[in-house]
Amino acid sequence: MENILQILGRVWETSGFALMLDDWRQLVMIIVACFLLYLGLVKKFEPLLLIGIAFGMLLTNLPGAGMYTPELWDLYIANGTEVAALSPELQAFIAEHGLIFADGVVNLTFTELIHAGGLLDILYIGVKIGLYPSLIFMGVGAMTDFGPLIANPKSLLLGAAAQLGIFGAFFAATFFFPANVAASIGIIGGADGPTAIWLTSKLAPEYLAPIAIAAYSYMALIPLIQPPVMKLLTTKEMRETKMEQLRPVSKTQKILFPIIVTIFVCLLLPSVAPLLGCLMLGNLFKESGLTDRLSDTAQNALMNIVTIFLATSVGATARYDRFLNLQTILIVVLGLAAFEIATIGGLLFGRIMYRVTGGKINPLIGSAGVSAVPMAARVSQKVGQEANPSNFLLMHAMGPNVAGVIGSAVAAGFLLALFGQ
Amino acid sequence: MKMAFGEALIYSLLGMLVVFFALILLMICIKILVAVTDRKKKEEPVAAAAEPAAAEPVLATGTAGDIKLYNTDPRDAAMVMAIVADTLGKPLNELRFISIKEVEE
Repeated sequence: MENILQILGRVWETSGFALMLDDWRQLVMIIVACFLLYLGLVKKFEPLLLIGIAFGMLLTNLPGAGMYTPELWDLYIANGTEVAALSPELQAFIAEHGLIFADGVVNLTFTELIHAGGLLDILYIGVKIGLYPSLIFMGVGAMTDFGPLIANPKSLLLGAAAQLGIFGAFFAATFFFPANVAASIGIIGGADGPTAIWLTSKLAPEYLAPIAIAAYSYMALIPLIQPPVMKLLTTKEMRETKMEQLRPVSKTQKILFPIIVTIFVCLLLPSVAPLLGCLMLGNLFKESGLTDRLSDTAQNALMNIVTIFLATSVGATARYDRFLNLQTILIVVLGLAAFEIATIGGLLFGRIMYRVTGGKINPLIGSAGVSAVPMAARVSQKVGQEANPSNFLLMHAMGPNVAGVIGSAVAAGFLLALFGQ
Repeated sequence: MKMAFGEALIYSLLGMLVVFFALILLMICIKILVAVTDRKKKEEPVAAAAEPAAAEPVLATGTAGDIKLYNTDPRDAAMVMAIVADTLGKPLNELRFISIKEVEE
């Protein structure tokens, strides 16, 4: 009888329920994960990503499961540092896991990391080396029609103006965070998940979870976030403006476009080559008409596989001891400000173009410059049609929308060039 | 390390400038691309326009002899005529087809 009680006691001690009593924040994070799952499953907020992120968050906060080990990634970042100079927590972690470093200098390789880490640590390698965001961009490129942008190159100006959100939020964030973290927070204003993850994984990986969650949540909330600002900054007369039909774009132009953009932008900002190169390669697969199989793979099978890996591993970085703090709340607030500033930037420039062209451009398409393809363009269409039911702005808004993707990638390249190690 | 107010402001303005600079140059590139490809496209139809004049329409065999087929295979023409007759509910010999031309997009 005593033995049975001992066994039961041991089962209880090693169970997640007992381990959860050590720190109440684990339970809070499980509740947060379930709430995000609710948003994804019931409210359908970006379900393709949010469900994976929320589940990754759930897995990483299950005590004792050991799915993700942020201390290993801290050590990876600390490569080249003397063990004695590490924090007491990390030194204890090294002793607990029996990690031995020659000459007392941290030198953790991916091989050791795979052996010591959990499943989500292995998946996270793709985030750390910037693989997943680039592959996602390839799929995005294969799904994107740059025709409206080629038909109306002025759209690029609206895409550029909307990047005010990135730099506005960056500026505000510098009051509270170091420059590298502020740059990662600013990129939320690009309304472009893969770009935000790509830049944050390089500049401030410890903030990856709140930044990714803020970026994807606000992208899903664009139909709620943007319309009030759009109505505030435009008159009814402006919103009613009907735009001329776009000119047709030839196949040759569509094929040459990704090649020219890649050469030009990557020469200007080489640091952005992984993202923009993959975006344009995917688009070339689509437009060439000769690589339908590759285009299909990039936009379906590959995209789906990478989305699973990306979402769960990003969610996994939201461990209770690193996520539940005031900084996360601050990031969420700054992220919202970034989206609003981006919308304002696009709209104000739209107003300028409305004046300059003598009322030929509807300023509402400026708000689509925030990226978030194609959600932001749909919002422009919806608000425009509310003002004038015969207004069809969708194709016109797609120009600034895809220009915003290029613009945010350029902004990310600029920030990486400035604050990257 | 946190940045000074002035430094952060300069970086922000510089960032916007770089984005505008890159996208304006890209806009110019697209305009050049469009101008070059459109000019080539305009030149092509001039050369191509001379060719159709020389091409005589093919007369379909087995008909009254006056239906002209432009870029259309006689088998396809027969099928088109059969479909039209069936849709109209009239026998083929009561219908008169003048010409059939393939529409190119």
